[in-house]
Amino acid sequence: MSNIPQDLKYAQSHEWLRLGADGIATIGITDYAQGSLGDITYVQLPKAGASLKAGESFGVVESVKAASDLYAPVAGTVVEVNAALDASPELVNQSPFAGGWMLKLKVADAADTASLLAADAYAKHTA
Amino acid sequence: MTLQRTPLFDFHVAHGGRMVDFAGWEMPVQYRSILDEHKAVRRAAGLFDVSHMGEVDVRGADASAFLQRIVTNDLSKMTPGRIVYSPMCYPGGGVVDDLLIYKRGDADYFLCINAGNIGKDLDWIAEQSVSLRKPCGSRYDVTIANRSAECALLAIQGPRALEIAQSLTPGFALGSIKYYHFAENVDVAGVRCIASRTGYTGEDGFEFYHDPSAAPKLVEALLAAGAPSGLELAGLGARDSLRLEAGFPLYGHEITADISPLTAGLDWTVKLKKEGGFVGCESLAAELAAREHGDTSLRKVIFFKTGDRRIVRAGAAVLDASGAKIGDVLSGTLSPVLNEAIGSALVPRRLADAALFTDIRGAKIALQPVKPPFVQPKK
Repeated sequence: MSNIPQDLKYAQSHEWLRLGADGIATIGITDYAQGSLGDITYVQLPKAGASLKAGESFGVVESVKAASDLYAPVAGTVVEVNAALDASPELVNQSPFAGGWMLKLKVADAADTASLLAADAYAKHTA
Repeated sequence: MTLQRTPLFDFHVAHGGRMVDFAGWEMPVQYRSILDEHKAVRRAAGLFDVSHMGEVDVRGADASAFLQRIVTNDLSKMTPGRIVYSPMCYPGGGVVDDLLIYKRGDADYFLCINAGNIGKDLDWIAEQSVSLRKPCGSRYDVTIANRSAECALLAIQGPRALEIAQSLTPGFALGSIKYYHFAENVDVAGVRCIASRTGYTGEDGFEFYHDPSAAPKLVEALLAAGAPSGLELAGLGARDSLRLEAGFPLYGHEITADISPLTAGLDWTVKLKKEGGFVGCESLAAELAAREHGDTSLRKVIFFKTGDRRIVRAGAAVLDASGAKIGDVLSGTLSPVLNEAIGSALVPRRLADAALFTDIRGAKIALQPVKPPFVQPKK
């Protein structure tokens, strides 16, 4: 049974999003996603300053089994990426909602997050 | 198609095995982590259910001569208790399968074959037993029997495999079995086994053939005996990365109906001069002659590393310096020990020493040639 924190928003494509009061959202992939992928061996992320449309691929997560695209849950501008994942991609397995975060995104319109799934809806999605 | 299950299906599920379709079998690809399971085998020991592998008895007065005709390696020096690895080829030199040949006696052998090839191999061997003739013109006196359903197979591999298995085998010194030898009727944890000093990881270890009904008892005993020493259950994912680090070929990747053992670099398994010839002998002799003449149409299987963590996957294109496609990646994974991508590729022989590249999502990655094994086992 995977961990689904109540306070986050979720995309159908298994990214999570935490919107801060400053309009900056932290984004990663869910516990369910890391568990399905297995050992994560490489994470390819955009550069700070990149502008993303909602649903646009922003990178790739590679596991021993396969390479999978990562999708922006909402539109915005990348303000920071998690550089620690370069040397330690296994952080995504070990700590998908904390140390394994991927992007900080200056969200274009905070109202866009309303279309994302709440924890209970994401739980149903992955059941 | 219904997937087949080994006698340990319930055991795998109970231990968190992630079950996948492998060659028609529902097998654990991993329990916890492919990388951790891999490292456990290199550091201590791993326990693998490989009961999907096929076992075939070949018996009869002409069993020795018949097997000698259908495989490329030389079996003439085998004594009872010995094991020889060999490809089995088509007349054109492509590989039907690669197998282990166990000699019980001059008229009594058994073969261990790849799970995905059991039906094909049985058909091929039966066909050869009918079509091939002895020098005198008569048929080979040989009977072939598929024993796969009567054989479960557990592999314990790693530097601590011997001590763990020995702790369950009080009546027999397992260390007395030399590499590529076996002993029958060995009592391991109260289960009668064929104990085979073989494996597919590059580490020391044993493979225990036994009755399927005893498999749950044997696996539990080995797991309990080995856990304090660091033994972990290991799935097919780790089995694949371990064999690639060791530089062992996998049927369907480095050797296929289209890739001969010579192309694959398994020259040591092809004994062109053995008496009486063998199926594929003429084609393989021609390939070797062409190699000596510098024939530019020949291909070669190479192994590579990249110095980069991005995995170069089977099916990726091999490129020359200009970006033109010249070959294909056959196998690829992340070496958990080297912490970089490793793999094998099929390229024109004349370009095997040239600068080779692949493309990963737009990044040009150099393939650095490596003579396997990538990792030297602990002695």
